[in-house]
Amino acid sequence: MTQDTPLLEVKNLHTHFFTKAGVVKAVDGIDFKVNPGETLGIVGESGSGKSITAMSILGLIPSPPGKIVEGEINFKGENLLNKSQKQMRKIRGPEIAMVFQDPMTSLNPVFTVEKQLLETILAHENMSKKQAKERALELLNLVGIPDPENRLKNYPHEFSGGMRQRVMIAIALSCNPSLLIADEPTTALDVTIQAQILELFKRMQKELNMAIVMITHDLGVVSEVCDRVMVMYAGKPAEFSETKHLFKKGKHPYTLGLINSIPKITPDKQKLEAIDGVPPDLRSLPKGCSFAPRCKHVMDSCLSNDPDIREVDDDHFVRCLLYEDSKKAVTT
Amino acid sequence: MLKYIVRRLFMLIPVLIGVSILTFSLIHLIPGDPARSMLGDKATEAQLESLQEELGLNDPYIVQYGRFLGDIVQGDLGTSIQSKEDIALQLLHKLPATIELTIFAMILAVVVGIVAGVIAAVKQYSWFDNISMTGALFGVSMPIFWLGLMMIFVFSVQLQLLPPSGRMSSSIELETITNFFLLDSILTLNWAAFKDTFFHLLMPGIALGTIPMAIIARMTRSSMLEVMKQDYIRTADAKGLKKHLVIFQHALKNAFLPVLTVIGLQFGLLLGGAVLTETIFSWPGVGRYVYLAVLGRDYPVVQSTILIIAIIFVMVNLLTDLLYKYFDPRIKYE
Repeated sequence: MTQDTPLLEVKNLHTHFFTKAGVVKAVDGIDFKVNPGETLGIVGESGSGKSITAMSILGLIPSPPGKIVEGEINFKGENLLNKSQKQMRKIRGPEIAMVFQDPMTSLNPVFTVEKQLLETILAHENMSKKQAKERALELLNLVGIPDPENRLKNYPHEFSGGMRQRVMIAIALSCNPSLLIADEPTTALDVTIQAQILELFKRMQKELNMAIVMITHDLGVVSEVCDRVMVMYAGKPAEFSETKHLFKKGKHPYTLGLINSIPKITPDKQKLEAIDGVPPDLRSLPKGCSFAPRCKHVMDSCLSNDPDIREVDDDHFVRCLLYEDSKKAVTT
Repeated sequence: MLKYIVRRLFMLIPVLIGVSILTFSLIHLIPGDPARSMLGDKATEAQLESLQEELGLNDPYIVQYGRFLGDIVQGDLGTSIQSKEDIALQLLHKLPATIELTIFAMILAVVVGIVAGVIAAVKQYSWFDNISMTGALFGVSMPIFWLGLMMIFVFSVQLQLLPPSGRMSSSIELETITNFFLLDSILTLNWAAFKDTFFHLLMPGIALGTIPMAIIARMTRSSMLEVMKQDYIRTADAKGLKKHLVIFQHALKNAFLPVLTVIGLQFGLLLGGAVLTETIFSWPGVGRYVYLAVLGRDYPVVQSTILIIAIIFVMVNLLTDLLYKYFDPRIKYE
């Protein structure tokens, strides 16, 4: 696969939840591409649709009430939305693997680590149990778990949080996926462990040449590991650009708000900037731009017009009326 | 672990003393006495008096209780006042009958209850869920004696498919080894007896198993619904595991703990509480034995049998507690 054909291409994805209280538009028209071997960051507040995007890619949206109502998810040129659950089960694991947020609850407490690793390998690879066990040992070594031989027999509760996340990563890597989706993999860990795990992701990516979609609300994580980043707000992309470019030349008021709300270590105390207000109710989004009620630069037109996403610079897209006269609209 | 078991066994002693005091008091509180029920209405006061003296019923309660306890400690369960037979010997025949019936009923309840509960949870709000849970509600509310009589009426009287009473037809011969008839017929390769015993077990088994089946189904369903929402189930799905593995391994093993508690309690309850079922189906087990003993005020039989049932009950609970560890490795026994 060349650099030109993306590994994953999500087109105009809409994932809605049909609840008694109304339709929750959790993901409402997002487009992005992930090239082989690169890391894409998806950033946003809780409820911005990051995790639902990930679950949509894996076909794990609980249905009912959830449903992908529109869009395409092309993986290696095939639309995953046309696949049956049975076909998807062959993709989950060996093609697309996922690491979840909370390692304390993501591993099954009543099975040993060995069982949880082996069952993944045996489900997808044509291996004997003995070969699978060797592979499991190799994986635990790879993710930096000391004394893997004995640790295999342990249950999740006998591991620390960081070690559990390493186990989760080992499970995710067990069938050499070409895409790894990591949904806030470091959020539940303390800072020193966070750094270790991020380091592990970077090392694994280099060694195994896989693409990563890193879902996070932490711009620190993004700057650390991501090549490109998509900022999401209320189920839609707000801004999309190269990571370095975003930190230098981010344009969307929401992105700027996120960047400014990172605490800075300076000698004199400064008040931490925050984005006022709360994320909107996804059942009844405001007319016009959904960020308008919280935006510092809000204009009259923002309250009635929902802007298109526009390319404002090379490979830099923004969905904001402030940049309406920039280059061109790229999506509907 | 061993320490835990030993400690639990020691805790058995106060429980059994409590049980023995309770049964002793209760049976003596009921009006009537064995001498009168043995002699009938026409006996004279003098005859009654002498029999009471002979049976030791005129001694103070504390002396009677002491005598009972002393015998038990020496492993002597006493002799029945009515039949003059050794109680231990009688229980050797009655207990297997009850245990066989209980195990049969429990297997039925566990298999049907868990399968129904799992399917109902996986297909929540489907027609299967609605029907099985309504059925379970009926199951818990159904009086056993009514269900038993209805089954006898339909299957024995009307359709003449199943035998209405007993453990085995009189025409069948079976060499007994363990007194568990199903087991004995397998051991002696006596398939005619196996079939006959099995048919005799069916109706009382269903009658006895209905309530636990309903409770297990409801418990499994709610526990499964809770577990299916957990993150590790999502992980199992994300790993691309087959659906049946996700449900029956990952979810069920986690959901099983509360179900196991119910199974343990129900098993104990059934052992001691098969009185109604055994009476309706003339099942020659412990329940019916105690029932008849209470009617005849056969004090030693009532006291000893209830004590034995209590021991079994506590043992079953201990076993349940030990099984927890298998289903949840996080549990520690201290």
